[in-house]
Amino acid sequence: MLHLWLIPAFPLAGFLANGLVGRRASKAAVNLIAIGSVVLSLLWVLKTLAALGPLEHTHIERYFTWFQSGDLRVGFDLAVDRLTAVMLLVVTSVGLLIHIYAIGYMSHEGGYYRFFAYFNLFMFFMLLLVMAANFLLMFVGWEGVGLCSYLLIGFYFLRHSATTAGNKAFIVNRIGDYGFTLAVFLIFLGFGSLDFETVFAAAAGRPVETSAGALTLIGLLLLAGAAGKSAQIPLYVWLPDAMEGPTPVSALIHAATMVTAGVYMIARCAPLYTRAPLALDVVALVGLATAVLAAIIGLAQTDIKKVFAYSTVSQLGYMFLGLGSGAYSAGIFHLVTHAFFKALLFLGAGSVIHALSGEQDLRRMGGLRKHTPVTFVTILCAAVAIAGVPPFSGFHSKDAILLAAHHHAPWMYWAGVATAGLTAFYVFRAVFLAFFGTYRGPHHPHESPAVMTLPLAALALLSLAGGYFNVPRWLEPMFPPAEGAHDALLVYISVAAAAAGISLAWLMYVARPGLADRLAGRLGWLYRLVYNKFFVDEIYDRALVRPCVEGSSAVLWRGVDAGLIDGAVNQVGMKARDAGSVLRLIQSGSIRSYAAWVLWGSVLALAALVLSRGAR
Amino acid sequence: MPDSFIPTSAELLRILPEIILVLAATLIMVLAPLVKGREQNALGYVSLYGLVAALAAALSGYFDPGPAFHQLILVDGFATYFRVLVIFAGILTTLASYQYLRREDADSGEYYALLLFSVSGQSLMAASNDLIMIFIGLEISSLASYVMAGFLRNRAQAIEAALKYFLLGSFATAFLLYGVAWIYGITGSTYLLTIRSVFERGAQTPGILLAGAAAALIFVGFAFKVAAWPFQSWAPDVYQGAPVPVAAFLSAGPKAAAFAVFVRVFVTALGPIGGRWEPLFWLSALATMLIGNFAALVQTNIKRLLAYSSIAHAGYVLVAMTAHSEIGTAAVMFYMAAYVLMNVGAFAVVAHVCGRQERFVELEDFAGLGERQPVSAALLTVFLLSLIGVPLTAGFFGKFYIFRAALQADLVWLTVLGLLASAVAAYYYLRIIVIMYMHQPAESAAELPPLRGALGAAVWISAAGTLVLGIFPSLILNFAGNSALLAR
Repeated sequence: MLHLWLIPAFPLAGFLANGLVGRRASKAAVNLIAIGSVVLSLLWVLKTLAALGPLEHTHIERYFTWFQSGDLRVGFDLAVDRLTAVMLLVVTSVGLLIHIYAIGYMSHEGGYYRFFAYFNLFMFFMLLLVMAANFLLMFVGWEGVGLCSYLLIGFYFLRHSATTAGNKAFIVNRIGDYGFTLAVFLIFLGFGSLDFETVFAAAAGRPVETSAGALTLIGLLLLAGAAGKSAQIPLYVWLPDAMEGPTPVSALIHAATMVTAGVYMIARCAPLYTRAPLALDVVALVGLATAVLAAIIGLAQTDIKKVFAYSTVSQLGYMFLGLGSGAYSAGIFHLVTHAFFKALLFLGAGSVIHALSGEQDLRRMGGLRKHTPVTFVTILCAAVAIAGVPPFSGFHSKDAILLAAHHHAPWMYWAGVATAGLTAFYVFRAVFLAFFGTYRGPHHPHESPAVMTLPLAALALLSLAGGYFNVPRWLEPMFPPAEGAHDALLVYISVAAAAAGISLAWLMYVARPGLADRLAGRLGWLYRLVYNKFFVDEIYDRALVRPCVEGSSAVLWRGVDAGLIDGAVNQVGMKARDAGSVLRLIQSGSIRSYAAWVLWGSVLALAALVLSRGAR
Repeated sequence: MPDSFIPTSAELLRILPEIILVLAATLIMVLAPLVKGREQNALGYVSLYGLVAALAAALSGYFDPGPAFHQLILVDGFATYFRVLVIFAGILTTLASYQYLRREDADSGEYYALLLFSVSGQSLMAASNDLIMIFIGLEISSLASYVMAGFLRNRAQAIEAALKYFLLGSFATAFLLYGVAWIYGITGSTYLLTIRSVFERGAQTPGILLAGAAAALIFVGFAFKVAAWPFQSWAPDVYQGAPVPVAAFLSAGPKAAAFAVFVRVFVTALGPIGGRWEPLFWLSALATMLIGNFAALVQTNIKRLLAYSSIAHAGYVLVAMTAHSEIGTAAVMFYMAAYVLMNVGAFAVVAHVCGRQERFVELEDFAGLGERQPVSAALLTVFLLSLIGVPLTAGFFGKFYIFRAALQADLVWLTVLGLLASAVAAYYYLRIIVIMYMHQPAESAAELPPLRGALGAAVWISAAGTLVLGIFPSLILNFAGNSALLAR
């Protein structure tokens, strides 16, 4: 027993403490509880992993039966294997840095204790999600992080746009979660268990499905869940809106950890997907399409957080492409490096926003490298990492994915390379617009305090060097090794694409600042199409949301609910109340009548038992 | 078995919870004259400590199971479970009473002494293995609770309630005693195990027809105590008239103990003639659920509404008894724990809101509670949702296990009708939530103090228990399952 349960228990205790008494506690006490609980959690992760050593086998701790019904037994079981170890380290370390950063970022905000209570609660559910040893417990974490995401997106609940964005995230995720639940039902039907160990062992004994079968269906339904949580086509629309939340939330939940839960889940279910190549193909296609589409939309955004949000969607697409190409470890590798550099991009953006007293529009920034040098340098580190400049972290992981994609289908590689070029362009566009040129806004920019810049520095280090954590090697025993030889030429091409993207951004936004606007003017309709995100939100609104709302209100609400159901219920209710009123007559309040009831009841009981011949 | 009438220490240990309870009650009675007026409230602590000590004793009894006093007492898992439950109900009642009595200027040691005596009787019932012991336990429990119902002597309603409870209770107990006499006449014994072995001979048993009559008479006694149809009519009047904490207690402790002996007598002693009594239980379960739920629909007084609701819940438990299987017994056990938590919790919130002299016990007095007292309203919502049987609350798993047991016993129609009846129940519980959150408070609505102190503890403990059992039912379900196989 290594007491794995302590890992999620610390943040849960932090949540309870801050949630219950945080309102009356001082900020220092809230900080101590919130940060302390994550530190303890991280230390316990390190202690556990040190004790487990190379983790040749999955370490499972079964605590108690959560519930049991018929053949279904669900235990409160936690497990650590190599995949979980990676996730635990990422979640607790990046989580800790962002917690520390939030002390500075949130210092002027109301509801300080509430923010940290939710943050701790999120850590609890996220850790539960990655440590769960069965589908249902994982689903608890899965829904829990969704809840925290909802609460934190709507953190500024007096702002209408924030609450709508929270609702949107929650509702869109419902669609995906519906798929997830159906998949869990099917898994129970097919395997008679929800335990990872049992299900995957049974799946290993099944043949590979060459045409669509039960495993394919399960895989596709799981993908629907993953697409909701990890913002993939067609369910990605909630993530850009989720930027309404405070920036540390965007960094922790909507960039580094929660949105990667779908990637983790698919990797976890690799034994199922390996036997359902059709489903795996769909994963790759969805991932690639998302990567391309989001990268294009990211080109024309003017809100710095929106740029990074679309970038997150695009990078998550990359991870799905990796998974779908059969290179699970490459997908997880990119998850890790992405956690570093994307958290850094968001925290850097937060530092800029903090410096400009809330300004998020790139058009009203500029020249900030003189005013916020630390933020500038760290964001630059993240930018080179995400652009795939060797030898920084993003280069290693993106390369692994692109190589796998090339082996899977060469055209996917080329689409991926083009996206890499776009990625480099839009990231450096944001960097150049914000930090180069002259300042275009009305504020007096100032550098953020050390409590914010120190986490930036730590993440910068990880973004630069994170590629040397050899995650694929570590995960080798878990996943079938990715095929495909290391082809130097393919690497050069992708690096060239990144270089081209950066150079073009330099040309358009630093060397010839007017060029971008002229180009946008020349390509008017195309620019508007991209600027308006291909009108996907509007299309969804017309095609799905409004028909649903109007159909619900006309048919379901007025017709079925108000007419049929309410009518029937009212009728039944009226009759029931009449019945109740009749019963009142029995209740005369007189002892004599009550005693008579007892007597008649006894006669009835006697008659029933004496005359009864037995029911069975 | 020792041939002497002097009990051994091992035997005394097996009734240690009862000994502690009676000693604590006696101590309170001795101390009460020495303490003046309002300071008698401090005796509540003696009651609390006595109950906690008894709880510990009851728990430790589990590790030393076995009979005592010539098989009159049997400490097994089932007994331990119900002992812990009734003592726990006593603790919740003590906590819920403290501020109430102070508010009514009725601080009194007697109240706590009576409570302890009543709990000791219930605890004894849970561990009884003999019809006479059961009867003695029942009487100890009942006599004390009759007095408690009329404890506020200057309130006419309370006096009326106590008198009704006493007269009707005595009447029903007479049937029980008559049934015990018949059983003795048929089998020559009052030991449950001996009775069972006689009936196991089946149709050859002399007087098998009379056995049915005896079972019917015993049924009358127990069904009265749990307020099952057709003996439920006393409950609304008594719960409404009695002080709120006493109503909470009456709906919890005595009911749990009565169900414990109900199960033990009918499953152990009368189990072999189960086929005979099953139709009567079927009918009684259904009628109890229907009457409780339908009558609750039209109530405007929250105490009366909760009284009818507790009748309906007795109906659900009878469904599990009708199954008379091992998982049926486990379902009864789990449900009673869930029921005690959510019901006492709901009554405790009422005790908080009702104000001095219970001026605010109409449903409309709860209007706007969500704004005036967000915490009380939220906690009451938890209890009401659990009473409906919404998932993530103890009530959900309680109902789930009961109806599952019924289905496994092929009681399909009873299950269907029971579920329909419980759907009706959602209406009146939800109505309270609607009133609390969507109605404007009346101008005359009283300023309420915050939910604090002992009463707050009672509510919070109940709410926490309701939620914990709703999320981790296995915590006690496993124990119930292992203890449901009664001695036979």
